Amino acid sequence: MKTLQDLWQITKKDLLEFTRDHLRLATFVIMPMFMMILVGYIFPNQNSLKNVPIGIANKNGQEMSQKLVDVISKLKLVGDNNAFTVKSYDSLEAVKEGVKKQEISGGLFIPEDFSKKIAQNKQAEVTIVEDQANPQISQMVSQVLAKVVEEYSRQISIQKISALAQGRPISLQTIIMPLVTKIQGIIPGNPNYFEFVAPGIVAMIVMTAVLTGLAASIAREKEQGTLDGLLISPVNRLSIVLGKAFSQAIRGLIQGAIVLLLAFLLFGVKVEGSLLLVILLLLLGIFSFVGLGILVSAIAAEQETATQLLFMFQFPMLFLSGVFFPILLMPPIMQKIAYAIPLTYAIQALRKVMVLGAGFSAVRMEVLILLIFGVATLSISVPVFKRVITK
Amino acid sequence: MENIIEVQNLTKRFGHFIAVDRVSFGVKKREIFGLLGPNGAGKSTTIRMLTTLLRPTSGKAILAGYDIVKQQDEARKHIGLVAEKIILYGHLTARENLTFFGRLFHLPKEQIKERIEKWAKRLKMEDWLDHRVETFSTGMKQRVNIIRALLTQPEILFLDEPTLGLDPQTTHLIRQFIRELNQQGVTIVLTTHDMLEAEELCHRIAIVDHGKIAACDTVANLKKTVKEKDNPTLEDVFLAITGTDIRDVAKISNSTKARRHGFGHKTESRIR
Repeated sequence: MKTLQDLWQITKKDLLEFTRDHLRLATFVIMPMFMMILVGYIFPNQNSLKNVPIGIANKNGQEMSQKLVDVISKLKLVGDNNAFTVKSYDSLEAVKEGVKKQEISGGLFIPEDFSKKIAQNKQAEVTIVEDQANPQISQMVSQVLAKVVEEYSRQISIQKISALAQGRPISLQTIIMPLVTKIQGIIPGNPNYFEFVAPGIVAMIVMTAVLTGLAASIAREKEQGTLDGLLISPVNRLSIVLGKAFSQAIRGLIQGAIVLLLAFLLFGVKVEGSLLLVILLLLLGIFSFVGLGILVSAIAAEQETATQLLFMFQFPMLFLSGVFFPILLMPPIMQKIAYAIPLTYAIQALRKVMVLGAGFSAVRMEVLILLIFGVATLSISVPVFKRVITK
Repeated sequence: MENIIEVQNLTKRFGHFIAVDRVSFGVKKREIFGLLGPNGAGKSTTIRMLTTLLRPTSGKAILAGYDIVKQQDEARKHIGLVAEKIILYGHLTARENLTFFGRLFHLPKEQIKERIEKWAKRLKMEDWLDHRVETFSTGMKQRVNIIRALLTQPEILFLDEPTLGLDPQTTHLIRQFIRELNQQGVTIVLTTHDMLEAEELCHRIAIVDHGKIAACDTVANLKKTVKEKDNPTLEDVFLAITGTDIRDVAKISNSTKARRHGFGHKTESRIR
């Protein structure tokens, strides 16, 4: 009971100290906003193709090819905006030249013999020009163009087959496309990249804030000499470090809430599962990191050293824990490292809950792993802290 | 009179460096005990061990009846510390600081409030209690810092250079206050580089050098050890004992060995 009271005194003091520093308070609020807005706006998704400049060289110019050009020009993927702004070119070379000059992000070439070949029941060819300097956009542009051409080609084949069928009772669709796939998600709607990233960002911001915050705050007290004031009191060492960790956790959760709110308001991310479970997972994630924070601050004599040491951990963690890239796509060795980082499990569990609406039973493995991480690192770091702090 | 602090062979090593080397001394109850010595002599390390902030490598110390290693929490309740660095949070007001530290010692709120008011009035800080410490001058900070150390009404107060860098007015106030506290029954262990301060305040003085106690006695007795001068000051004593002239090493071990019999350990200290 006394331990908890002491812990709370230290938490309260740390929070009070924190609210007095206006610059720190401002960055505390702005940083997660910044991060979220950046991540939210820079990452593309397929539905976001809007007025992308492309070039079309239509050497054929007949009704059939003109129709294809029309379809592409008027294609709408988001709202009322045309997906493409079409520029006309004279030849395939001119289209390629346009891409080179970056006037356009891809293009289409329809050869002169296009309608003739179709009339002769031969395969006509359409060339899609890719912008390799810009792989992400070009991939999307090519995909969309290919789809349009494919659809158009199917319409032509329906016409041709119906001419062959001469009124016989056959279903044309089954001849052209005997197989149909249907994609079914766990939740309604189309998830985008941002929904994939959002849980990771929340977890990352909360956990790194706590990790660096804790280490810096202990190191600062050490440097300024105020830690002596805490150590000379009859307060358990565990209460001191956990009290500090707790104040950091509260701050981390507030930052997490800001991030979630922004994700919700600006980017339409929904928490499909229970919000309570999300908070629990974040707290567990923090818990899994507290030990590392204590260990680093025990070792580092100065605040600067502590921050630098932690940066060494943080940077690889950012890339390996699957915040931005799926772990499954990493090389095997990297995957192994990824699964040694607690952040990975926190993100994995958060994704399940936030994106897929999973309940506690679906994340109990992650919960267990995070708990083990926390208990293990704490049981190493607290004795080390005690030892180091009194040398 | 009984010893409230009993130190036996207290030693602290940092790697190969021996900061405090088998130091033994006793501090009597209600005494003002001075620890003097050049920079790096081991004064602060000794104080940090006695205040449970550093673990001794070997040796023993009993404070107010409690072992500083085995009964840390008990010992902590009987000591106050004014360390080299001021133990206050700049972003908090004086009152917030003091209340926080009081609560860490599990004092009831009313008692903390009452003690803050009492000491603040005495140290002329009552008008500044609700101002942030970061806005204070060094002298003001040190006064609040002293109040912090006194919140638990400790029996033993450790003061590590309490008047360092303060103006004469504050220094005067603090010295007067130290004397007052002592008269009220507080035992005080004081380190200082100010010989006048030591002479004015301390009942007994231990001169520490190279991690060892080179001399320990009342000011009057210490002065008698200096034969070369007619009316030696404490500074003369200090320089005589801690002087760095190598030629003097042999001299000192012959001439002063007998006088330091109370501290039965070998010393490499020198005297002119």
